[in-house]
Amino acid sequence: MRGRIEAIHPETADAATLVIRPGRGWVRHRAGQWVRVGVDIEGVRHWRTFSLSCPPGGPDECITITVKAVPDGLVSHHLVRQAAPGMIVHLAGPDGEFVLPEPPPPRLLFLTAGSGITPVRAMLHGLLYGPATRGAARPGAASPRRDTGCRGLPDVVLLHSAPTPADVIFGAELRALAVRFANLRLYERHTRTGGRLRPSDVPDLCPDWTERTAWVCGPPEMLQEAEDHWAGSADRLHVERFRPATPTAGGEGGRIRFTRSGRQTDADGGTSLLIAGERAGVLMPSGCRMGICHTCVGRLASGQVRDLRTGQIHGEPGDLVQTCVSAAAGPVEIEL
Amino acid sequence: MSTTALASPTDIEDFGRELDELRDEIIGTLGDRDAQYIRGVIATQRKLELAGRALLFASWLPPAWIAGTAALATAKILENMEIGHNVLHGQWDWMRDPKIHSTTWESDLASPSAQWKHSHNVVHHTWTNVLGKDRDIGYTLLRVSPEQPWHRVYLLQPVYNVFLALVFEYGIALYDLEVERIPAGDKSLKETWTQLRAIAGKVRRQIIKDYLAFPMLAGPGFMPVLLGNLTANLTRNVWAHTIIFCGHFPEGAEVFTEDQLEGETRGEWYVRQLLGSCNIDGGRLLHLMSGNLSHQIEHHLFPDMPSNRYAEIAPRVRDLCERFGLPYTSGSLARQTGSVYKRILRLAFPGPRHHRTAPAEPPATDLRALA
Repeated sequence: MRGRIEAIHPETADAATLVIRPGRGWVRHRAGQWVRVGVDIEGVRHWRTFSLSCPPGGPDECITITVKAVPDGLVSHHLVRQAAPGMIVHLAGPDGEFVLPEPPPPRLLFLTAGSGITPVRAMLHGLLYGPATRGAARPGAASPRRDTGCRGLPDVVLLHSAPTPADVIFGAELRALAVRFANLRLYERHTRTGGRLRPSDVPDLCPDWTERTAWVCGPPEMLQEAEDHWAGSADRLHVERFRPATPTAGGEGGRIRFTRSGRQTDADGGTSLLIAGERAGVLMPSGCRMGICHTCVGRLASGQVRDLRTGQIHGEPGDLVQTCVSAAAGPVEIEL
Repeated sequence: MSTTALASPTDIEDFGRELDELRDEIIGTLGDRDAQYIRGVIATQRKLELAGRALLFASWLPPAWIAGTAALATAKILENMEIGHNVLHGQWDWMRDPKIHSTTWESDLASPSAQWKHSHNVVHHTWTNVLGKDRDIGYTLLRVSPEQPWHRVYLLQPVYNVFLALVFEYGIALYDLEVERIPAGDKSLKETWTQLRAIAGKVRRQIIKDYLAFPMLAGPGFMPVLLGNLTANLTRNVWAHTIIFCGHFPEGAEVFTEDQLEGETRGEWYVRQLLGSCNIDGGRLLHLMSGNLSHQIEHHLFPDMPSNRYAEIAPRVRDLCERFGLPYTSGSLARQTGSVYKRILRLAFPGPRHHRTAPAEPPATDLRALA
């Protein structure tokens, strides 16, 4: 499916919100879900995953993604710096489990860092403007514009961190919402002056945290710490990863044969099957490129692979392996 | 042949290295311009096909019939040659566009893409002009090289070559079956049957589309539309046959024997591709309509390089050949076609013996001497 970029709104010095009108066939997403976006750069299609930063049912059924240009990020730089209204992108999805239940719990805690705010911003808007915009299936749902006000906005605490006040994506909007709605408490941590916000700080900032269901989105260290912190009450914790875990170095690599496309290539132990395949011109399915979405899986015909996140070597013929986080451990044949 | 013997083994490897560098240089600059090119050609092809079919609905008017048939024939030629052949070579795989990808493309031809990719990309491009290996030498039907032993059935080849030209797409499809491998037990009947059914499926689709569906849609214009489609298909067949025969069969194209391949280096592989291929001189339109097979030499050196770049590198390849004293065979379409037909006519008869085997320089040493 394709989508047209209708407008681009700068959010911070290095982040922008893209308003995209999806083509026919777009299935309404749920606030918090992500979409895969395919962008042609210098003739080559690159797929990346972005959280949708708006609730469903926006004006003209447009959707928004909010992209932060990350260092060496080819696609994020292109979208933030080069994209212009009228540009066509490819879309797949929406998908993802980082969503609110229906009805939402009475008390919520959001813990976010950097661009981790984007899915939470969609959820906040969903909470503010009613179930239709949270993506709950409600035939003939009223348009969000008629659902103004904050009837039933649950008790929300949002703990967010960013390097400086100016780096807070949606900063002005979040502050205005916190002023307007008594039920929404916003705490900002500016890490350049205040240090990192750790999940261990949560009890001080939000004493009733054990009575809240938490949604956490941020860099991998933060998610890891959150999982440790909520150990024992994991049912109250939802996490969303938006950055790949750093690949563990080493491993022997090997020759990879892509049986369906009849290609083969040699790859070292630090290169994922996905990247090796793309370099060899194989039409590799790909999504999040960080081992989450399982868009990239391929059936292993022979050989073993090493999980780049854990270093673990695994794989038996017939296994479905995630090519984006698996490297060859010796010769490998994969049905792609 | 003597020309190749001039090059020394180190020269051959230097020649190969320079070609590798040229390839890397071009592949490194692929970008938007190339993507726009192929999408532009595809868009043009679709418009031509649409225009052709629309005009044929008015084909009770003779000018409309002529224009419609011409547009449709052009569209079919573009689809088969500049688009289909090159997409199936993987020339556009780097774009990662599933719509323009060698693993997903299905040409408007009788050959199923998977079968064609095997017989063309794997067999022909790997074993180019190697006797007993490259089945494209005469397509197992014609004697196009004096090294092929003569048989009296070849006496008729000038006649059945014309027939082959007319039904070229079906000829290619059946040829991909490699039926000659069945008696020796190299290929099972079951596999052949599966392939035959795949071919039948594609042939049926084309017949229904061109000879039933569109003519019937035209109502009273049934016959003119059918004849227009038939003419377009025949034109495409004859044109493809002409271009393809000019690629490897004119005077100057050399054939090799299997023992020459032993221990073949990358540089020698390049030289074999060069010696076995011939270019056609012409303008941009000829290059486009031939699917850039007018740059057969460049295509055989770099089969997966996007075809729009062949014209750009051709002068550099020619210079390189001149520098290394290697022949670069090229001629006008008329000259190359004439040369092919002359050869088919001559080789219908026995001989010539020792055509290229001057006693001082037996062919078996040509490439090996360089090794």
